[in-house]
Amino acid sequence: MSGYQIVVLGSIVPDPLQTLEPVATAQGPGLKNEAMLPHVLDPWAGHALYEAAHLAAKVPGSRVTLLALGPKAKLQQVMMAVGQKVPFELVALDGPASGFTDAHDVSAKLAEAVGKLPGLDRSRLLLFGGWESASRGAGVTLQMVGERLGIPDQFQGVDALTVQDGGALEILERVEGGKHQVSVCAGPPAVLGWATGNLPEPKNNPQVGMANMRGVMPALQKAPPAPVGTGGVKFESVAVPKVTRETRIVKDLSPDEIAREIVEWIEKD
Amino acid sequence: MTTETDSPARQSMTVDIACVGFGPATAGFLTTLSRRLADAARPPLESAASPGLPLQVLCYERADDLGFGVSGVVTRARAIRAAFPDLDPSQIPMAAPVREEKVLYLLDPVGASRRAVMLRAADRTLRAFHRIEDHAFQLPWTPAFLHKGDGLIFSLGQLMQWVSAQVMATGAVQIWPGTPVAEALLDGKAVRGVRLLDQGVDRQGRPAAGYLPGMDVRAALTVVADGPVGAVGRQLDDALGMPEGHARREWAVGMKLVVDLPEDTTLPAGTVLHTFGFPEPEIFGFLYVHPDRIASVGIFVPSWFESPTRTSYRYLQHYVQHPALWRHLQKARLRSWGAKSILESGRRGEPFLCGDGFARIGEGSGSTNVLTSSGVDEAFATGVQLAEGVIELLEAGQPFTRENLERAYVARRRQSWVEGEGRVAEKARDGFQRGVVTGLMGMALAGFSRGRASLGEEPPHPAEQVGSLEAFYAGKIPPDEIARIRADCEKKGVPLHDALMDRAGWSPIPMDGQVLVSQQDALLMGGKVQAPAGYADHVVFLDPQLCRGCGKRVCVEICSAEAIRPGQGGTPTFDREKCVHCGACLWSCPTRLPGSDRVNLEFRAGAGGLHSAEN
Repeated sequence: MSGYQIVVLGSIVPDPLQTLEPVATAQGPGLKNEAMLPHVLDPWAGHALYEAAHLAAKVPGSRVTLLALGPKAKLQQVMMAVGQKVPFELVALDGPASGFTDAHDVSAKLAEAVGKLPGLDRSRLLLFGGWESASRGAGVTLQMVGERLGIPDQFQGVDALTVQDGGALEILERVEGGKHQVSVCAGPPAVLGWATGNLPEPKNNPQVGMANMRGVMPALQKAPPAPVGTGGVKFESVAVPKVTRETRIVKDLSPDEIAREIVEWIEKD
Repeated sequence: MTTETDSPARQSMTVDIACVGFGPATAGFLTTLSRRLADAARPPLESAASPGLPLQVLCYERADDLGFGVSGVVTRARAIRAAFPDLDPSQIPMAAPVREEKVLYLLDPVGASRRAVMLRAADRTLRAFHRIEDHAFQLPWTPAFLHKGDGLIFSLGQLMQWVSAQVMATGAVQIWPGTPVAEALLDGKAVRGVRLLDQGVDRQGRPAAGYLPGMDVRAALTVVADGPVGAVGRQLDDALGMPEGHARREWAVGMKLVVDLPEDTTLPAGTVLHTFGFPEPEIFGFLYVHPDRIASVGIFVPSWFESPTRTSYRYLQHYVQHPALWRHLQKARLRSWGAKSILESGRRGEPFLCGDGFARIGEGSGSTNVLTSSGVDEAFATGVQLAEGVIELLEAGQPFTRENLERAYVARRRQSWVEGEGRVAEKARDGFQRGVVTGLMGMALAGFSRGRASLGEEPPHPAEQVGSLEAFYAGKIPPDEIARIRADCEKKGVPLHDALMDRAGWSPIPMDGQVLVSQQDALLMGGKVQAPAGYADHVVFLDPQLCRGCGKRVCVEICSAEAIRPGQGGTPTFDREKCVHCGACLWSCPTRLPGSDRVNLEFRAGAGGLHSAEN
């Protein structure tokens, strides 16, 4: 075994801490003042990236590529934070990363880019991503990329991946009822849509950052345009859940007390 | 760049230039330097740390993104425009040319403001002889040195995001957010680089799960630009002392809201309102209108405001409800919130600007001008000046010694408008030591005389400017009642300011969930404050005995984020997850350590803070 080629599909989303408000723009639905909002790597894709790096560190000869379709300027900014976490090579596509882009369009561009990766060896390919996205939880893009690449072994809601002796992959998938399903597939190629996994967010490591940055800036500079739209979908209306805040920050409250307060609060409506 | 491991635990690497903090000063520095590095028409500047590679320039920023700074920016933008001659404000979110500028004296519509007899008489005269609308008097004329008429309104966060994108697009330098610098690597009076903050430690800084000692980043030049309360700048102040006659005596905390104005607002983008007189005469305020019906509104609470209950947030809530502002803000909605300390000593707080292996730029280097109320452009200018000097030295192959940096950087700064105007402003605010009216007269005198004349005297150490509650509320709240309120608040574990202000006649805040929200909601909805796990507490109370004997606990009252609260036994508690790193606790601690400018509260390097890019 000469290691895995792990391609993580992940892009950026507005920092979930921000207040988001859908608006109609000339280009279709968008978020109010989206350009002003700080962005982060989609947290679901983040889990996939950290799992990929963890696996790559355990299997010599493995390589992690982060394939990101997003606006170049914002990608650049986010990479300065993500780049310190784990080693990866960036391949960037310059296009919109709004939650309103069409999954068919996006998957076509991503599949094409995966197919063009230099030295791609399908027998070593693991396609990682989030099982959904923090910008819009359609959760279908990764599957469609897998379909376009002709990879039938797909797993969603993955929380753990173990490489068995002989190279088979044991995969823990989330299923209904708070349980996990254990599957075993013979090996790559496979598509894994990660849930949260079990790894903590890696610490910032300046040396990792320095090493990554040698490739990140050139990758951003040569990022080809990847126009993706809404695929002809007309949005009649878009909304985010109504925000109601009655905030207190209290520490050391017992779970029973927290539960009682939440029930009381819900019952007020 | 070269890397090595000099101990089993702590790694180190060597670069050419390491910058501490990414604010306006570093933005100016890196803009100028990165252009030179990326200029293919000029000879490449090679790395001494990694021969054969281009110059290795790194910048470490504590906040989790590059746009999380805070400022109420209306600026003449001379240095920024010089760096970006084709600057188009429409390309920078929230930027607008100044269109209309007014100065309002706010009268007290509540009757709770603590005004001296002279000021009350002036208020009565104004009401008697002038047509007063909304309890505000618009100054018919203001001196030219206060004007920003040809300037720009910015959001500091958006400006920093924009500049950082330009800088990083050159590919010549690296800026790393979420990476606090713990300290400078001192070698006698020389700086040999920086040490990053340890990760994976407990609240006391002891190794815990995932321990990763902060890396030593050795550099031929360390650019210290971590602001007025930054750990590295203050470490150098402690280690090297201050130039004769220089000290950091005057501070303020600025706190702001960014709001969506109502759809029917009459305020056009580019409107600038400066205010003074309310909620207390010592508190200045502002309202700036950005494009797309967004406005910044905020106040400054100065160190010479002798009240021990100098709560910025409660005062801000009263400020926005002043009729002159409320008419615009009543149906507004909170977007963002933030706070920061301002080093108002200006040039008088200037430290040694350079030494072997280091140079200081920006607000922490004393560049803020308190007469013109301008700091961002001045900070940017000092960064440009240093970069020009650094390029000169690099091209000449000369090392970053104190002498060379004095000649290449400090001399440039001394000849610039930043220095000239800083000297004019140096004593402009001394009059405030004798009261607000004297202070305003002193500012005018300094401005008109180009700094040759002034009123008042240099402020004492800020710890000595805090009065007693009994004196501050004399005539309004009897001492025995203050004692009762104090005991009551102590029992409840809450700050004093709400109870005292309620008792002094300030009306309760009618929370509307839009602009008037609880302080915790301002943190969460506006500032989006959070802190990553695995870092030590950065606010530390040194001697609990001294805290117990303090009695004033101004740190609790002024804390912008309610991160410091009354604790059992009299020592306050600190909650790192709420802290916005404004640093107001540092200069508000009234317990000065004997024989030192230091106080009983340490403000160390830390992680996290605001997560809003709109402030």
